Order: sequence, then C-alpha cells, then structure tokens
Amino acid sequence: MILDFDVIWSSLPLFFSGLKVTVELLLIALGIGLLLAVPLALMRVSKNPAVNFPAWLYTYVIRGTPMLVQLFLIYYGLGQFEAVRESVLWPWLSQASFCAWLAFAINTSAYTAEILAGSLKATPGGEIEAAKAIGMPRMMMYRRIVLPSALRRALPQYSNEVIMMLHTTSLASLVTLVDITGAARTVSSQYYLPFEAFITAAVFYLCLTFCLVRLFKYLEGRYLAYLAPRRG
Amino acid sequence: MKKIMLLGALALSALASLPAVAEKPLRIGIEAAYPPFAFKTPEGAISGFDYDIGNALCAEMKVECQWIEQEFDGLIPALKVRKFDAVLSSMSITPERAKSVDFTSKYYHTPAKLAMAEGVVVNDPVVDLKGKKIGVQRGSIYDRYATDKFIPAGVEVVRYSTQNEIFLDMTAKRLDGTLADSVNIDDGFFKTDAGKGFAFAGPDFTEEAYFGNGAGIAVRKGDQALAAKINKAIEGIRANGKYQEVQNKYFNFNVYGE
Repeated sequence: MILDFDVIWSSLPLFFSGLKVTVELLLIALGIGLLLAVPLALMRVSKNPAVNFPAWLYTYVIRGTPMLVQLFLIYYGLGQFEAVRESVLWPWLSQASFCAWLAFAINTSAYTAEILAGSLKATPGGEIEAAKAIGMPRMMMYRRIVLPSALRRALPQYSNEVIMMLHTTSLASLVTLVDITGAARTVSSQYYLPFEAFITAAVFYLCLTFCLVRLFKYLEGRYLAYLAPRRG
Repeated sequence: MKKIMLLGALALSALASLPAVAEKPLRIGIEAAYPPFAFKTPEGAISGFDYDIGNALCAEMKVECQWIEQEFDGLIPALKVRKFDAVLSSMSITPERAKSVDFTSKYYHTPAKLAMAEGVVVNDPVVDLKGKKIGVQRGSIYDRYATDKFIPAGVEVVRYSTQNEIFLDMTAKRLDGTLADSVNIDDGFFKTDAGKGFAFAGPDFTEEAYFGNGAGIAVRKGDQALAAKINKAIEGIRANGKYQEVQNKYFNFNVYGE
C-alpha cells in the first residue's frame, strides 16, 4: 500500500490545531471533573443516606448512559427549548466547545468520584487510628491523612480514566468541533483518503497516550513509592 | 495433485457462473437526511425524490435495488471499497469528484443559495458575510466553495455531518446562515416550523468548477458499463413519463433544469 504523504503533510497544520482543541478539551474536562469528584466521593462514602443517595444517583445516572447521548442532549437537546435559548446561560450553551466541556466534565466527574470513593473506603484502618490517637479533629484528619492517602492510591486507576477520557474527546467532532478526529474527518472528506486521514489521527492519539502514560508512571513513582515492595 | 487442480477448476467455474444464475441486485448508497430528496418517514423507511428516481431507474433496468445508508462524507469512500455499486444521493457532478469516481449524466439540477435570518441583505457574499458563522455539510460542494471562498474572506465556516443538523443550529441561532441547495432549504427548513423567520439571501451560486452541472449518480472509476446502463435508464424514464410522475410527487416546478 502506498500512502499519499503529500496530503498528510499539507494537512498537518489542521491536525496541530486539532491537537490544541483536544488537549484543551481534555484538561478542562479533567480539571472540573476532579474538582467535582472529590466532594462527590466524600458523599459516596458517607453512612448518612441523605448525603450518600444524591451522589449515588448522580454517578449511577451518568455512568449508566452513553457519553454521546449526554453530549447530544446538552448540545442539540437543550437548544430545542425557547426558555433555554433566552436564558442567561445561552451565550455559553450556544458554543459547541462549552457544551463539550460541560458534557465531558460531568461524565468524568462521575467515574472519578467512584474511583476515589473506592480508594477512600480502602484507607488502611491504622492511618485513621493513628490520626485519632494524636487527637486530630475530623476535618483535619480528612485534609491531612485520608484524602491525600486516598488520592495517591487512586493514581493507577485514575490514569486509566484519563486515557479513556482522551479517547472520548474524539466525540467532540460530532458537535462541529475540529479536534484531532474532526481534522481527520475534514481531510478525509476533502481528499477521499480516509486511511491517510485517520491513520494520522491515530498517530496523534498514540503520542498523546504515550505522554500521559509516562506522566502517570512518573507520578506513581513519586507519590506511591512508599507502597512499592522493598528493594533487596 | 491433479485432483486438487480439477477441484479448483470446478470451484472457479462455479464461481464464474454464479452471476449468470441470478442478476445481482444493484447496491445503491444514499444519505437519508436531505429532504425532499432523501429522508426518513416517521416509520423509519427511506423516502424522497432520490429514492423514487432510483427505484424507477432499477425498474427500467430490470434489476433489484438494494439501498444502503451512509453519511454523506462517507459515500465516495464506501463506493470505492465496494460497500455499494452506485451513489444516488443528490451528489453534484464536479471536476473534483470526477477525479475519484465516474458520473452518469445529471438527473436533476437546482441552484445553490444562502439562507439567513429574514431581513439580512447579502449583495456580495464575500464582503457581507465577514465575521458571520455559516454552516455547511462536510464534504459537500458547499463545503468546498465555502472553504475556498468564504474562509479567506473572514467568514467562520462550521462543518456538519448532515444538513438537518445545520437547520437545527440555525433555529438555535448558533449559526447566522447556511449555504446549501435551494430546494433542500425550502423544503427541509422554510416549510417547517423551525424555519420561521428565515429567508433566502443573496444571489444563486452557479460557478461550474464548484457547483458542477447538476446531480448525477456516481459509480466506481472505470465502471463505464454500469454508467452507460444507468444513462440509458435515465433517458428511458425521461421519455416514458416516469420521471415526470416522480417529479410531480415532490415539486411543482422543473427540477431537471434545461
């Protein structure tokens, strides 16, 4: 098979601007998602049903529906209502990029909350007892002991979520954003060379995934070193 | 060894004789989101001018039509990899596309136009659209024209998978306008509730290098036999009144052009 490298070469600027959109989308979604996920996870481990139930319902609904459906609901669905179109939120919701940020942030927050909740539940009893033994108040114990410890131990699972999220951002091309996949679709429809277009997109995603994997390897080495088996 | 060769020869001859036994159905690719040319009825069946013309052509050629749905920007790639044998989906005959596929003669020709909010005056699109958001269907002739002429003029061109999504975003005021086929805009948008408050603006777009000379049926490069067969069928239904009958079902004017 002979690839048409001229087409790939001449469309590289489009792919790089797509790369910027993808990375932006990923960082914003992950940032907001993580901020939402910490309180949600704390709610999820609460023994009080009035606190636990709303968080459970949220993660259940979000994790129980496909990302694409959520994105279409926010982008095309909300725009259908006159009341939404005349609300103060419309200048935001009318932008495809904001809709994508919102949908992806909501989605990743639910998954991250469950990861964190699992990690919180698995906090070694000894750490909590030690904090209590030296008379730490509850809030301080959460701030200094429980959360940092849980966040560290959630790293390996969270890295999976981040990589899944990177791949999910490709859905943004379905609501007119020109991310890496959007660039590939544009090139593919312009030159009728889908293989060249999508193989280039695949290489871009592969490089991004590689960077993310290296980043998390580094973070795990730094923050999880104390859990590693002793070297002889 | 001889036995194997004999078996092989038998298998080959069996394969070769298969098409002769039953005429293979003609597989046609269509994007059913382009009213009134191609759309889905509430029951989910494909309908529209393209669909009816295709069935009339198949009847004329005495072959069975098999319709395969595909989004517009994937029609030519799918044709090339033999997912189907022809594309009958309001595809304009342009020199650009003719590099990748062969076309039959046209089966209709309607002009391209801009749709904008009512009252917007567009004299020279390249000047008056500056800073505006114009939606086009990805991979369409309108996409190509907008990419080449509008983007350098400072127009923001947004690409969509289907024209229906563009109409949705026109109603939602995410777009200032769209460049598309005038009949598609009129029938698929203006005549619906969603299209209230919108109207045609500016001139007809006719530059032949972009807008071609009407919509044709695309076949794989070099498939002259099929193209000739379909051309004969187009002449056939034009002559026997079948074309007129289908046209009258959807339009009250001559869509074939001069």
